[in-house]
Amino acid sequence: MSQLRPNSYRSGPDERGHFGIFGGRFVAETLMPLILDLEKAYAEAKADPAFHAEMNGYLKNYVGRPSPLYFAERLTEHLGGAKIYLKREELNHTGSHKVNNVLGQLMVARRMGKKRIIAETGAGQHGVATATLCARFGLECFVYMGAVDVERQQPNVIRMEMLGAKVIPVQSGSRTLKDAMNEALRDWVTNVHNTFYCIGTVAGPHPYPMMVRDFQSVIGEETRKQMQETEGRLPDSLVACIGGGSNAMGLFHPFLDDPSVEMFGVEAAGHGLTQLHAASLAGGRPGVLHGNRTYLLMDDDGQIQDAHSISAGLDYPGIGPEHSWLHDVGRVKYLSATDAEALEGFQLLSRLEGIIPALEPAHAIAKVMELAPQRPKDHLMVVNLSGRGDKDVPQVGDILRGKTK
Amino acid sequence: MTIRIDARFAQLKKENRSAFVTFLMAGDPDPVTSLEVIKALPKAGADIIEIGMPFTDPMADGPSIQAAGLRALKAGMTLKKTLAMVRDFRKADDATPIVLMGYYNPIYIYGVDRFLADAKSAGVDGLIVVDLPPEEDSELCVPAMKAGLNFIRLATPTTDDKRLPAVLANTSGFVYYVSVTGITGSASADSRAVGEAVARIKRHTALPVCVGFGIRTPEAARAIAGEADGAVVGTALVDALRGSLDSSGKATVKTVTAVTELTAALAAGVRGTR
Repeated sequence: MSQLRPNSYRSGPDERGHFGIFGGRFVAETLMPLILDLEKAYAEAKADPAFHAEMNGYLKNYVGRPSPLYFAERLTEHLGGAKIYLKREELNHTGSHKVNNVLGQLMVARRMGKKRIIAETGAGQHGVATATLCARFGLECFVYMGAVDVERQQPNVIRMEMLGAKVIPVQSGSRTLKDAMNEALRDWVTNVHNTFYCIGTVAGPHPYPMMVRDFQSVIGEETRKQMQETEGRLPDSLVACIGGGSNAMGLFHPFLDDPSVEMFGVEAAGHGLTQLHAASLAGGRPGVLHGNRTYLLMDDDGQIQDAHSISAGLDYPGIGPEHSWLHDVGRVKYLSATDAEALEGFQLLSRLEGIIPALEPAHAIAKVMELAPQRPKDHLMVVNLSGRGDKDVPQVGDILRGKTK
Repeated sequence: MTIRIDARFAQLKKENRSAFVTFLMAGDPDPVTSLEVIKALPKAGADIIEIGMPFTDPMADGPSIQAAGLRALKAGMTLKKTLAMVRDFRKADDATPIVLMGYYNPIYIYGVDRFLADAKSAGVDGLIVVDLPPEEDSELCVPAMKAGLNFIRLATPTTDDKRLPAVLANTSGFVYYVSVTGITGSASADSRAVGEAVARIKRHTALPVCVGFGIRTPEAARAIAGEADGAVVGTALVDALRGSLDSSGKATVKTVTAVTELTAALAAGVRGTR
C-alpha cells in the first residue's frame, strides 16, 4: 500500500477487504465459502432499494430513530469550553447503538435463508440487540459471553434469556469478549450450513468490518443533518469510545472527508497504560486475530494478551481494522481513559444531565472533560452516547460503595 | 522443495499402505518431555509427524488441543523453541517428515522470511496454517513455496468443486481433508462420506490426500485409511498425553509410553487396511 495520503478516507476497503495493510480474510477454509456468499448477499442487499426501504421502516418505528442530538447545557457550562452535544444512541430500542447493526445483519441473514443466529457479546449490549431482533424475526439465537462478563453484566444476561436467546458462558482463556469470539467462531465452523454469525463490531473477516460500519453510519449521517439544522454548520470535533470501534466508526465515517472535523477515539486504559489495559492502538502492534489484521495486544511470541477494562464492552485486545488504518494515516486521533477516569465521567454525566451512561461511553465523557475546556465556546463537540448505564448500575454501585475494586 | 514428504509417500506406495499421521502440541506438557515424545513417535509407527505451534486463541480447535497449547505456553514454549525442537529431532531422524501446524499470528510476529529460513534449516518440511485460506496466499503460502517448504492446505466439506482448484493451486506435499465441519476433536467422520470426498479431491489433484478430524480409535483409523492416503490423529493422542500427567499437569514416567502405546495401536489400525 502506498504511503501517500488517499484522495478519500472513505473509499476502503479494497476488494480483498484491506484498509491499507489492515483487514483481510484470515479464516479457516471451512468458513471461506460462506464468507464469500455473505459478501455477495450483502452487495446485493446494498444495491436493492427495497432492502433500504424495509430497513428504514424498522429504524424509524422499531428502533426509534433518528436518535436526538442533544445540547448538554449543564455539562458545557461545567466544563467551560466547547459546546457539547450528545448523540443519544442510548435512547434506541435495546439501549445502545448495537441495534443498528444487528437489524442490518439479520435482514441479510433472512435474505440468505439462515435461521440460526449466533453472536458474541462483551457487555451484553450486542447480545441483547441480537436476542431482540431474533425474537422479532422468529430466528433461533445463541449468544456467547465470557463467564466473567456473565457475572458482571447480569441484567443483560437476564434480558437476553427473557427474549428467548440461549446465553452460553465461555470458560476458556480470560473468559471475556475475546474468548466469546473464539467460541462463536468455533460454533460457526461447526454449524456453517445453517448458521449466520452476527458480529457485533467493525472487526472480523471481510466483509464484516465494512458491513457493520455501513449499518452504523446512520449515526454520523443523522448527526451531520441534525447539526446543520441546529447550528447551520458541521461539528468541529467528534468523540467516541472504542472497544472494537463500531459506535466510533458509525459516527466518524460520514465525516472522514471533512478536514475541518477533528475526531477522537477513546480506548480503555484500564488500570493505566503501563499496567493491565485494553488500549490496542496505544499499547499493541499489528497482528492477525479473529479474521483480520489489526493492532493487537500481544507478547513478543505473538501470543495474545488478556485485556482489562472496567467496561466489559471495551475489554478486548484488538480493534477494528479500519481504525488501525485511520490511526496509521493520522486521520483520527486515538486517546485512552482509565477505569477511574471513566467512573468520573459516569458520575459527572449522571449528576449534571440526568443521563446515566454505560461505562463504555463514560470513557468518551472522561476525555470530553479534558478536551472541552481547551476549546473555545463556539467549538461544536459531539460525543457519541452509545449506550445507557442501566446494565452497569449494580457494578458501579458496588464500586462506589467500596465493595469491589 | 524438501523431499521428505514426497519420499515418504513414494515409499508407502511401494509398501501398499496408507500413512499414519500424528499430531501433538510442541511443548506439551513441557519442552523436554515433548521432545522425548516426538522422538519416540517414528518407532511407534508414525509415518508423518505434525507438530502444533501453540497459540493462545486457536479458533479451529476443540477443548483438548486448546488446553494442550495453554499447557505448552505455561511451560514457556515459544515458536523459537518449537523450531529448536525440530532441529533436535532431526539430529537422530532425517527421514520422517515434520509438518508444523498452527495459526498465523506467531509466524507473522516472528517475521515471515526469518521464520521460513529458520524452519527450513531446522528441518521442517511443511506448514499447515489454519487461518490462511487461498485468498491470503501472498502472506505465507507463496513465500513458503519459494523458500522450499510444502504448504499443505486444508480442504473441507464446504470446499465445493468450483473452489477446489483455488484451494489446490499452491498446495504441495499432500492435501489435508478435514472430514467434518467443526473443530478438532469433534464428531467422527463417516468413512463412506470420506471416501466420496477423497475421490472428489483426487479428480482435481495427483497429490496424496490425508484425512483428519474425528479419528480417535484404531478401528476408525483403519476405516479412514482404507479410503485415503493417510489418517491423521491429534486429539486422541493429546488426550492420552494429558491422561498421563499428574494432578498439577506435570509429566510423569508414564507420559511417553501413554502416547507411544496409542500411536502403535493406531498405526496397527492404519497398517491393517490394504
